[in-house]
Amino acid sequence: MIYWDLLVGFLKVGCFSFGGAYGAIPLIRDVVLAYGWLSEETLTDMIAVSESTPGPIMVNLATYVGSSQAGIIGALIATLAVILPAFFIIVLVMAVLKTALKNKYVQAVMGGLKPCVVGIILATGCTMALNHGILPAFRETGDFRPLILTAALALVYFGSRKVFKKGLTPIGLIVLSACAGIAVYGIQ
Amino acid sequence: MLLTLFLTFAKIGLFTFGGGYAMISLIENECVNRNRWITHDEMMNITVIAESTPGPVAINCATFVGYRQKGIPGAVAATVGVTLPSFVIIYLISMFLDSFLEIAWIANAFRGVRIAVGLLIVDVGVKMLLKMKKKLLPCAIMAASFAVMLLINFTALKFSSISLMLAAAAVSLAVFLLRGAPDPKGGEKP
Repeated sequence: MIYWDLLVGFLKVGCFSFGGAYGAIPLIRDVVLAYGWLSEETLTDMIAVSESTPGPIMVNLATYVGSSQAGIIGALIATLAVILPAFFIIVLVMAVLKTALKNKYVQAVMGGLKPCVVGIILATGCTMALNHGILPAFRETGDFRPLILTAALALVYFGSRKVFKKGLTPIGLIVLSACAGIAVYGIQ
Repeated sequence: MLLTLFLTFAKIGLFTFGGGYAMISLIENECVNRNRWITHDEMMNITVIAESTPGPVAINCATFVGYRQKGIPGAVAATVGVTLPSFVIIYLISMFLDSFLEIAWIANAFRGVRIAVGLLIVDVGVKMLLKMKKKLLPCAIMAASFAVMLLINFTALKFSSISLMLAAAAVSLAVFLLRGAPDPKGGEKP
């Protein structure tokens, strides 16, 4: 039953996504690929759309996945599932467990979770960069355009920080990469 | 009051791009400077709590401020407020995205965008890595999680990232119990 799967899948995401939206992306990727709801390409496209539209990225992704699988009801279920754990935990912390987060055992658990999340985010980023940017050049078809795009975008994105104080924003990079995609893939 | 909470957070939800952390400055502006619902110190507190609790940072903040003002109804009003704009926007997009992607130049644009997304995630990961405490246990957990996650992604190994997180938490807790001495505050500098 799709509604039940959406509920369970996104409750898991809501319960375990530490470290903001980017901490949730690996979990959402796990769930979405495991159920076969979206392809890796569509998911990546949606991450870009979520980054470029207002609101919490996690909510945007949940709404999209829910809607694409089961219409408005699916969207409502997935969105509620992803926000309910956060909602209840904050209410709980404020109402009853005011010192819970300072508890030494909780601290010890957090001390393991935080570096683990960093490792998972890095690995997911590397996987996506490899799959979309680097590996296509080494497959049989040997498409080198993604590799060149990756190098150019990385140079501009990280280089812009050296030249300008704030550098290129994430949305700036997405817009730039879209233009580069049109230019590179449009010219045959 | 409930309506004000709802409208304020709907405004915050509508005008922040880039997710939770981008929202914090806007939340501070609305809730601390303009409406004086919470103090600056409380705002700092929320940020710390949001980092140690799961879920979207924006939801954590909205629930906190709403609850502080009006208890559970306030928490609901603020949380629904911050969620509703993006829900409506993404729902509308989801109805058109597929047909959009059939247009050749938009499909090409997204082939470029996919590359950018990988870079953005690596960038966030590296930033978090640099903020981590350079101690043996967190660094070892980070490196092990990174390696296992790559293995999961590139081989047929079936292991969810949630089990990986639970394992990391268990290791950290076990080390804490065995050593008796705290390895405090997790990975990040204050």
